[in-house]
Amino acid sequence: MRAKDMLGRRGEELAAGYLESQGMRIVDRNWRCAEGEIDIVALDGDSLVIAEVKTRKSLAYGHPFEAVGVAKLARLHRLASAWCRDHELRMPFRRVDVVAVLDDGAGQPRVEHLKGVG
Amino acid sequence: MGLGRTYSVALVGLNGYIVEVEADIGQTLPAFIILGLPDASLNEAKERIRSAAQNSGIPLSRRKITANLIPASLPKRGSGFDLAITMAVLRAANDIKSTERTVFIAELGLDGRLRPVRGILPAVMAAVQAGYPDVVVAQANEAEAGLVPGARVRGYRTLARLACDFGADPQELALDFEPDDEDSYGDDPAVAGPDPDMCDVAGQAEARKALEVAAAGAHHLLLSGPPGAGKTMLAERLPGLLPDLADGEAMEVTAIHSLCALSSAAVQLLRRPPFENPHHTATAAAIIGGGSGLPRPGAASRAHRGVLFLDEAPEYERRVLDALRQPLESGELVIHRSAGTAAYPARFQLVLAANPCPCGKASGKGLDCTCTPMMRRRYLARMSGPLLDRVDIQLQVERVSLADFGQTGAEEDTATVAARVRAARDRQLERLRPLGLETNSQVPGRVLRGALRLPPPATRILDRSLERGVLTARGYDRVLRLAWTLADLACRDAPDDNDIGQALGLRQAASAVA
Repeated sequence: MRAKDMLGRRGEELAAGYLESQGMRIVDRNWRCAEGEIDIVALDGDSLVIAEVKTRKSLAYGHPFEAVGVAKLARLHRLASAWCRDHELRMPFRRVDVVAVLDDGAGQPRVEHLKGVG
Repeated sequence: MGLGRTYSVALVGLNGYIVEVEADIGQTLPAFIILGLPDASLNEAKERIRSAAQNSGIPLSRRKITANLIPASLPKRGSGFDLAITMAVLRAANDIKSTERTVFIAELGLDGRLRPVRGILPAVMAAVQAGYPDVVVAQANEAEAGLVPGARVRGYRTLARLACDFGADPQELALDFEPDDEDSYGDDPAVAGPDPDMCDVAGQAEARKALEVAAAGAHHLLLSGPPGAGKTMLAERLPGLLPDLADGEAMEVTAIHSLCALSSAAVQLLRRPPFENPHHTATAAAIIGGGSGLPRPGAASRAHRGVLFLDEAPEYERRVLDALRQPLESGELVIHRSAGTAAYPARFQLVLAANPCPCGKASGKGLDCTCTPMMRRRYLARMSGPLLDRVDIQLQVERVSLADFGQTGAEEDTATVAARVRAARDRQLERLRPLGLETNSQVPGRVLRGALRLPPPATRILDRSLERGVLTARGYDRVLRLAWTLADLACRDAPDDNDIGQALGLRQAASAVA
C-alpha cells in the first residue's frame, strides 16, 4: 500500500470515529459502484449522511475542503441516490457532508466537519 | 462572530458614495464571492486579497466567504475596495477588532503592500461629507487624502501593519516586510518647467493686449492668422496671466486631476489654472469625456478653471467643436453611459487658433494664397456660428515685422501683466459680487443694459453701429463686456467711449473670419 493510501485510510478511520462521537451511526464504509466510491455512509437521526473524507498532511497544497469541487459534489449526490437504490431504501432526508483531516504525523490530527454542503 | 463590516467609497464621476462592505463566513466548502455589481477588476480582488492576507501572516478563513457591497444597485469598479473587503473578512473571522466607522481605500499587492488608487481626493471628500472622517489609505495616497479639510487620514504601507493596529496578533503577522518604494504608477508628476513667459513674444502689441484682456475678463478668444505668427505661443502664455485658484476652485481642479492622473498621487492642491492642449484629431469622447462603462473626464473637464486651447480649430471635427457649446453655456458636462451618469465640471476659458485658409497664406494682401474663396469660406465655416458667437475676442494675428523681431527684450514679462490682470479681477469681483457673478464675461445682457447701464455719450459709437446693422444685439452686449474689462484694466470705474472703441476693435479685428 502506498503512503498516500495509508494516509487516506487513517483519515477515514479518524473521520468515522469523529462522526460516531457526534452521535451518528455508521452504516457503510467504502461502498463502491460503477460511478465511484462513498467513503462513509451514516445515519444522523432520521437523515442519511453521505460523508466524503479528505485527508492532508499539511496545508501546502491547500486546505482539504478546497479539494472538493463542484463536480465532486455532484458525483456524491449521484452516489447517494445509487446507494439508496442499491439498498432499496427511501430516505426522505439526505445530505452530503465533508470531513477534513489534517494529520501532520506528529501531533494530534485535526478533524473539521462541514454539514450539508452543496 | 461570522460577520464583519467596514466602509469604503465608490466614485461615480466626481461624486463619491459611502459603500458598506459586509463579509460573512459561512460553514460550507471554501469559496469567495463578491456581491453588489462588481466589475472585472473588482472581481479579481478575491485573488489579490487571498494572497495578500496569506503573505501578511493572516490567511483568510478556509470557508465560504461572501462579501457584499451595499448599496447593491450601485455599480462598483476598480481596485480601491480591496482593503475594505479584506478588513471586513478579517473582522468576520475575528482576526481583528471592530474598525467602527473607518473608511478604507487602497489596492492590495500580492505581497501584502497597500497600493495607491486614483481619485483619492474626491473619494475622501465624499467620505468626510457623509460623516466618515476616519480614512485609511495607502501611504502613497496619504498626502493627497490629507488635503481634504476635516479628514483624519492614516497612511499605511502594508496590510500587516494595518492589521496590527487593529488588534491582530503581532506574533503571526509579517511585520518585518517593508516594500521598496516603487509604489507609484511609474510616471512621476511632470517636472513643471518654468511657465512660458510673455517677454518671449516679439512684437504683437495688439495680440498681447488681447491676451491681457482675455485673462482679465475670462473672455473666450479666437486667434486667427498665418502659420508662424505666434498664435500657439501666445495661447500657451495665457495660463500664466491668470490669477491663482481660490481654495474651492483648487479643490475641484485637483479632484478632477486626481481622477484621471496616471501620475502618482497629488501631494498638494493644484493652485495654477490648468492648460489643456488636445490634438486636433481628438474625438468628442476625448474632449467631452467618455469611455466604456462609467465615463471618465475629457480635456474640457481637465481644463476646468483653466484654459482649453484648440490649436488649428478648423481641423477639428465639427461635431467635436459643437459639443463644446453646452459646457461653454453651463460650465458642466453630464455624460451618460451604460454603467451610469457622470457629471464633471467644465468651466474653462476657450482659446481657438485658426489659420485664415487651408494654405495659411491668406493674410495681409494674401497674394501667395492658392486657396479659392470657396475653400476659404468652407475652412472657416467649420467653426460654427453658434460657437463663435460665444467667443468675445476675435483677433487677427499678423506676421511679426522685422522691426519688431529685432528689438526683443523690450516686452513686458508675465509677472507685470499678471499683476494688472489680478487688479482688474479684484475690481470686477467688487462690482459683480452683489450680482452673484465673478467675471465680466459672465455678465448677462440685461444686467449690462440694466444695472450697469452706461450713459449715452459713451455708447454712441455702439448705438450707431447697431443702427446701421453692423452689429447684432448680441454683438452689442459682447462689446460692452469687453469694454468693462478694458476699463477695469485701466482702473476706471466705468468704460468711456475710448474703451468702447477699443472693444469694438478687438471684436471686429477678425471680422473677416466671424
